[in-house]
Amino acid sequence: MTALAWLIPCALALGALGLAAFMWCLRTGQYDDLDGAAWRALDDGDGKPSPPKET
Amino acid sequence: MPEVLTIDVPETGSSGAPSASKVDRARRHITTLAVENMHCGGCIRSVERALMQLPDVVSARANLSQRRVTIETRDEAPIKEPYIAALAASGFKATELVHEKPDAAKADDADLLRRLGVAGFAATNIMLMSVAVWSGQAQDMPASLVTLFHWLSALIAIPAVAYAGRPFFASARGALAAGRLNMDVPISLGVLLATGMSLYQTARGLDHVYFDAAVTLLFFLLIGRALDQRVRSRATAAAQNLLGARVAAATVLNADGTADRIATRAIEPGMRLLVAAGERIPVDARLVTGDTEIDESLITGESRPRHVFAGDVLYAGTVNLAGAVEVEASAREDGSLISEIVRMMAAAEQGRGRFVRLADRAAGLYAPFVHVLGFSTFAIWMLRGNHWEPSLEAAIAVLIITCPCALALAVPITQVVAAGRLYRKGIIVKAPDGLERLAAVDTVVLDKTGTLTLGEPRLIDAASVPDHRLSLAASLAVASRHPYARAVVKAAEERGLRVVPAREVTETTGAGLTATIDGATVRLGSARHCELPPADGASATLWLCDGREPPLAFTFADPIRSDARETIDALSARGLAVEIVSGDRPDAVEEAARAVGVGAWRASQRPDEKIARISTLKAQGRRALMVGDGLNDAPALAAGHASMSPSSAADISQTAADAVFQGERLGAVVEVLDVARAAQRRSIENFAIAIGYNVVFVPLAMMGLVTPLIAAIAMSASSIAVTANALRLALPRSGGTMS
Repeated sequence: MTALAWLIPCALALGALGLAAFMWCLRTGQYDDLDGAAWRALDDGDGKPSPPKET
Repeated sequence: MPEVLTIDVPETGSSGAPSASKVDRARRHITTLAVENMHCGGCIRSVERALMQLPDVVSARANLSQRRVTIETRDEAPIKEPYIAALAASGFKATELVHEKPDAAKADDADLLRRLGVAGFAATNIMLMSVAVWSGQAQDMPASLVTLFHWLSALIAIPAVAYAGRPFFASARGALAAGRLNMDVPISLGVLLATGMSLYQTARGLDHVYFDAAVTLLFFLLIGRALDQRVRSRATAAAQNLLGARVAAATVLNADGTADRIATRAIEPGMRLLVAAGERIPVDARLVTGDTEIDESLITGESRPRHVFAGDVLYAGTVNLAGAVEVEASAREDGSLISEIVRMMAAAEQGRGRFVRLADRAAGLYAPFVHVLGFSTFAIWMLRGNHWEPSLEAAIAVLIITCPCALALAVPITQVVAAGRLYRKGIIVKAPDGLERLAAVDTVVLDKTGTLTLGEPRLIDAASVPDHRLSLAASLAVASRHPYARAVVKAAEERGLRVVPAREVTETTGAGLTATIDGATVRLGSARHCELPPADGASATLWLCDGREPPLAFTFADPIRSDARETIDALSARGLAVEIVSGDRPDAVEEAARAVGVGAWRASQRPDEKIARISTLKAQGRRALMVGDGLNDAPALAAGHASMSPSSAADISQTAADAVFQGERLGAVVEVLDVARAAQRRSIENFAIAIGYNVVFVPLAMMGLVTPLIAAIAMSASSIAVTANALRLALPRSGGTMS
């Protein structure tokens, strides 16, 4: 039964981690464009870094 | 690398999300455009690339789900033409958004998802401990450990219920304050009582602890709520994109001869405006110089253009067809003819009465019933000589079991599946209760111009015109914006002819086009323009004369949509009465009515007469679906029990309509009605499932036989059953309309 003393906090911490990750995703707009994200994963680009923009 | 670019650290101190670009955030400006034809990953890249090449663009991010692109620019220069032009050069049709305010809907989406996340976290962790307790009951779990688990559950559940349940509590409080009952009242009561009783039982070291049920319930309900919200915000965004194609800006001529692009709503009476060929007249105005032709079909339903001269009044929303003209604004945007239409619309909407949604109607019966049931359980237990504690336990168990989780989940899921299915077909259901109202329709009232017909003239005798002559006519016509000229070009393109624009085409407004090709004068226009004797009556004709071959006539008509007849037959087959109510001339309406096989038609109807017709139908106990596109239809759209518009409709009509369909097929009307009826059937079946489940479990609860384990199983099982039933809508039916 002593295993519970660290197993329960562990389980709760993992759950909280998942919740925190979900909140981060929401805040940074990861769910804003689900269709676009699916395509972007397939985009190789042209292999060149984008030209630096003048400021 | 970004550190080098950080020149001007913003002093606004806004604690926004970290941005990819740190360049001068204080002065950056964000613009959003709708991009109509963005379909795939390649498009995303082309759109972003085209915009990034512009000098003042810091970043461009395309959103494929919403068909929009967000552009971050360095300077506060909200002139969108260069962006639209850059996208047009890459083959994309971009439009400004009418209301470019930050999305309230998006904030609501995120808020619900946050609450959903918290409820999900709490539900899984509490279930972890509840399962341990339930399996522990079979074995020999020490009572102290059970109590520890219960306290841990309480620790998670109470804040989670307080946070995740707020939308339901707020809605329930609102309903009670207004003296009504909605679904959220029994939900809130069930959740709060379950939590309260569980806390009491935990403190006393007893068994009836329902924390898992309370939180799981909220989790399921929030899924339904979040899906509902998502569909609604997607419909809103799509509708806004469509409206963006309408006039939102106008070119104003200053006294010093310069021109500015300003928002339509900033136009003041007396301003001089320049309206290019093909543009819409932004506000009611008077023509200052010259003459032009105006397409008023959106206002009057009359498909033939009107020839106007200096001093004539032009109405907002009509299209200038000939050359660029200078007009003087005579009203503001909100004082234009449109405002009269809006006033009629507001009156019509009041007359429509309040439609009570199915779920709320059910709640009106269900909520009092379960509350009486819970109270009588308590009373019966007390009367049979029990102590008040077990009596109250049984009563609360009844309320938990009857908590309408399945109902509150079933209706949104049905709506989501139905709306998603229509969305893929280019039909946007905008009104939240639109599908329910559409399902109840028994009469269909159609407008003619632009609804039954395409709203633009087509060459009807194209087959009899030889290739070389059609191509000659098209080479002149391509220089003009006149609908007949466009129809000639379209016919030539459809036949696969290459259209070579003729040089130095001169256009005589109200007459025709003239050009010199290979030394010969070629004319395309009215009979008089071609120096021919006036033809007999038919003015929907253009003549082509080149001095070599005999003059050739092109005849035009506003064609009936290709599937109109089929659609009318399908509507009749479903037992719906169909009639046509149009603002156009009687002979044109009669011809169209005969062509599609509709016996009941009315012509020359003014907007108030259209409303009167809808009211008459309503007085006869009929529920009318109004389908129309013009400004003159807008009040009738608002008055109808339900309404639909094609996406080519005037913006105000689209706003008034419950659903907007894209494309040339009128069959969308049948599709919408079929899906709406199927959704309604599913909803009613779901109510039956939910009631069946209550019939089984409520007696158990009343007898005090329900344990937390039974409550958890019953709740999940009923939710899964109704969800599965709702998802059947997404299945293609045998021989159905899914493509």
